[in-house]
Amino acid sequence: MQNQIFLLIALPLVSSAILLLAGRRADKWGHLLATAVSLSTFVFGTLQFFAMQSRPTEERALTQKLFDWINVGSFNVSAALLLDQLSICFVLLITGVGSLIHIYSISYMEHDHDRRRFFAYLNLFIAAMLLLVLGNSYLNLYVGWEGVGLASYLLIGFWNQRPAYATAAKKAFVANRVGDVGLSLAIMIAFTQFGGVSFEEVKAGVPDASSIALFALGAMLLLAATGKSAQFPLQSWLGDAMAGPTPVSALIHAATMVTAGVYLIVRSNFVFDASSSARLLVVIIGAITLLFGALIGTAKDDIKKALAASTMSQIGYMILAAGLGPIGYAFAIMHLLTHGFFKAGMFLGAGSVMHGMNDEVNMRKFGGLAKFMPITTITFGLGYLAILGVPPFAGFYSKDKIIETAFNIGGSKGWIFGGAALLGAAITAFYMTRVVVLTFAGTKRWSADSHPHESPILMWLPMAILAIGSVASGYLFTKGNSLVNWLQPVVNEHHHEHEGELLSPMFISGLALSVVALGVAFAITKYRTVPVSAPENVSAFTRAARKDLYQDSFNEAVFMRPGQALTKSLVKTDENVIDGAVRGIAWSTLTIANGLKKLQNGYVRTYALNMIIGVVALVAVIWVVTL
Amino acid sequence: MSILTTMQLLPLIGSLLIAFVPKERNNLVKQLALGTSLLISALAVLMFIQFDKSNSGFQFVESRPWVAAFNINYAVGVDGMATVLILMSAILVPVVFLAGWQESENGRFSVKTFYILMLVLETMMVAVFSATDVVFFYIVFEAMLIPVYFLIAGYGRGDRAAAAMKFLLYSLFGGLLMLAALIGLYFQSIIQIGGSFDVNKLSELQISSGTQNWLFLGFFIAFAIKAPLWPLHTWLPTAARSSSAGVATLLLGVLDKVGTYGMIRFCMTLFPDATRTFTPLIITLAVISILYGAFLAIGQRDINSLISFTSISHFGFITLGIFAMTSQGLSGATFYMVNHGFSTAALFLVAGWMIARRKSTQISDFGGLQRVTPVMAWMFFLAGMSALALPGLSSFVSEFLVLVGAFGKYPIAAILGTTGIVLAALYVLIVIQKTLHSEVKPGNEGLSDLSVREKVAIAPVIALLVFLGFYPKPILSVANTTSSTVMTHMQVSDPVAKAGK
Repeated sequence: MQNQIFLLIALPLVSSAILLLAGRRADKWGHLLATAVSLSTFVFGTLQFFAMQSRPTEERALTQKLFDWINVGSFNVSAALLLDQLSICFVLLITGVGSLIHIYSISYMEHDHDRRRFFAYLNLFIAAMLLLVLGNSYLNLYVGWEGVGLASYLLIGFWNQRPAYATAAKKAFVANRVGDVGLSLAIMIAFTQFGGVSFEEVKAGVPDASSIALFALGAMLLLAATGKSAQFPLQSWLGDAMAGPTPVSALIHAATMVTAGVYLIVRSNFVFDASSSARLLVVIIGAITLLFGALIGTAKDDIKKALAASTMSQIGYMILAAGLGPIGYAFAIMHLLTHGFFKAGMFLGAGSVMHGMNDEVNMRKFGGLAKFMPITTITFGLGYLAILGVPPFAGFYSKDKIIETAFNIGGSKGWIFGGAALLGAAITAFYMTRVVVLTFAGTKRWSADSHPHESPILMWLPMAILAIGSVASGYLFTKGNSLVNWLQPVVNEHHHEHEGELLSPMFISGLALSVVALGVAFAITKYRTVPVSAPENVSAFTRAARKDLYQDSFNEAVFMRPGQALTKSLVKTDENVIDGAVRGIAWSTLTIANGLKKLQNGYVRTYALNMIIGVVALVAVIWVVTL
Repeated sequence: MSILTTMQLLPLIGSLLIAFVPKERNNLVKQLALGTSLLISALAVLMFIQFDKSNSGFQFVESRPWVAAFNINYAVGVDGMATVLILMSAILVPVVFLAGWQESENGRFSVKTFYILMLVLETMMVAVFSATDVVFFYIVFEAMLIPVYFLIAGYGRGDRAAAAMKFLLYSLFGGLLMLAALIGLYFQSIIQIGGSFDVNKLSELQISSGTQNWLFLGFFIAFAIKAPLWPLHTWLPTAARSSSAGVATLLLGVLDKVGTYGMIRFCMTLFPDATRTFTPLIITLAVISILYGAFLAIGQRDINSLISFTSISHFGFITLGIFAMTSQGLSGATFYMVNHGFSTAALFLVAGWMIARRKSTQISDFGGLQRVTPVMAWMFFLAGMSALALPGLSSFVSEFLVLVGAFGKYPIAAILGTTGIVLAALYVLIVIQKTLHSEVKPGNEGLSDLSVREKVAIAPVIALLVFLGFYPKPILSVANTTSSTVMTHMQVSDPVAKAGK
């Protein structure tokens, strides 16, 4: 059984291909096949997890070499998989949340003409994401990395008959490709420095590498992570990605794909451990993004975009944690897993609300829905308590640990990053309360043609299961330090001494809860009454937040418009200058030929002269050539 | 008789048979041509299987005296690079025939002429990649222009006569420089070995570096026009825009490869010192081509122009890989030539079907095809993904090898080239959005999806792009033999990793 890890990838990949190739013939059963396959990968992953747990620590990691993939000179890369303590966490998250979302989508997408195609893309995503976390080298990871990008592109643009949605899909792909430049360069650096691109080879080479090389490698990996995980400065695609069907937002753009950047950094812990400057860069990016996302979240009226801003911010926390060094890796992964539960749950909740409200996403047109959607309200509410970090819900354990670790790195850095994380918690409390109040509390603001109702069981059951995760997962991961110990062999956290804690955990929890309470209270007072249309006379700050802090205006002014101008001028240059030069030569040849015609004048003496010139020229050429 | 000679004779026999078919029996002509080309594909596969990877010299060799006075021979033989290029060409010809079953019907000349020209061209494709006598190579190199000229001028669209003339003049100019260099080379061989055109013997000549530079340039400029390198590229978009889909496929997919093939076979092998001298310049031009081609592709309105500019960008990658002169660069470039052949075929052929249905080459006339013609839209999408080198497709492997091979020696060039992958995403996704997505544009409503014949034509191409993406070993292991031979001859070795291992 241990040699069959590849089935985790092969099963969803094959089922995706079947659904796409069978076409409309599979409309009747396509979603069932896809869901069954997803569930079976989850069962298989769970079995692998228990098998791994029963083995002694040093024998837990499994590798499976499939075949020689690329062999050129000293560049040898196998298609090989690595299932260890880190990747099994992701396998369970991807297949577990993935299966729930398959079940949810059966109902959510029921009336869509292309439901089969939707499920084909979902399974393509599952396969690519599993390859991403199971590849044993950076190049194998890269295939999964772009594979999830492709699946994300296809799913964001699932309703691409609407031009804005097609544009959103393209934007996501291009922003991700900028990050992919980073990953490509990281692989090239790894190969030229270490002679190999597998995690093992790079890890072995780190001690001998120069600090510049390690910093460059770390910075390129971080660039890759910012693209995939919507971190500053490549964050702008995530909000638009909400164009995809809501289950996609829950699975890909909240729970799994967008966290791949965190995986990449944690997986490359040996690189970041050896380069404090690369680590600092990671922490800075994380801190900026967690505030950036939170601020955007305060002004969004579109429920999905508010949640997307929140995702960006929460991943900022994870990146921040991953940059904090050995102890941070485990907390980053812990927050990633708890976030997977509560954020996916809340996205499905948003989908459930949209389902009952004719696909309306504007929260100003919701209000008082708790009465009509009790299950959605409760599951969403549990996710809300989890993201706020209220004890004993999941976020309390994972987020407080990050804030605490940030403070405890000490010095001015500790104050800056700890302070940023704490401020982020307060803003999170504000915008999440805003979402809950606007949607579920207060008076109804929807029009007469909406008939809000609770969603069917296929939809609320996954929400309920995720809600249980939002409640219990944090406690389970922390009990007996279980997750930290589990991941210890991968992230090599051997020097776990507390270097004089700056602030005690109790104090930080108290502090965090107080700022959260402030945020909640502020939101409740502010949104006692909600106008149906967004007020116009708002502060400059609100205007900026509504416009995503001008991220798109910036990209358009700095990259898009100059790029378009460059393209236009190059097209003109090519037609007029370069091809023009060629046409010019053709024209002058013609002119010269007309002139030369005059040499054909019938006089023998002219011909004799020409012959002499020709012979001299020929001799000269031969002389030059044989020099 | 070498299998290479058989593969050159068969198309000639096929075209002779076609010449005797009565004019009205067009279908018989097409079937004969398709049958002949399939037979040659089978032979190419056979040759590929029989190729001995442990042998670093030319295989399947045959040599017959041709012009004894100058020691010119009909001499053929293949190494790894030539083998995979012939295999790619032989697979593409029947694909092109099947894909463009009606392509020959509204031309200036008859259907018969089209297939005779195509088959003659196929003979020359095999000859040009297998010639080991420099004069034989040169003659085929020049003679190929004739069928291509008539195929563009006779069966193209738009301003086809002018485009064909531009193509011809550009190529003749390059050919002339090569002829001058060839004569110079012959003088050198007379002095040193009593006159020979055998590429193996010529590669042993000791030529002073000053002379090498001039001779190198003569060959290189001819090849840089063929595999259009900036700024010698302007004939290509014109020619591609004015060619029918099948001719454009063979022009960019196969004939342009003669340029990059020639850079390895002749420039590097015959003039190693000059190659070293000009490498920085050529690497610069290659990087310019990568970025310039990509920017220009983004700005195109005509679908065939767009495809040809993407090719200019891709030829930049191939040239970068070749002159990086590492095993990854050289093998990657050779594999890139094969993949680019399939990838470009997919793009041109599917675009050709779209154009034939919509009766327009303007990107802005299309829209919403995903909902009207889903299968055709998928094929265009996959061809586009191959053009942007999506991992999982074979073009990723070759593009990555080129970049990783260049990075060790020319990091700046490799970094600039890598940014090309963002531009590639743009030029592919923009055209996909405009043609396949959005609401169905007026004029696209009733378009028919791919026929069975068209599906059969494109299926092997897509299958190869996917298969070689996951398992490139069959091609790479053959291509590797040439890389190591060239590197030994050039006396270069791969950079060694600084840490680890």
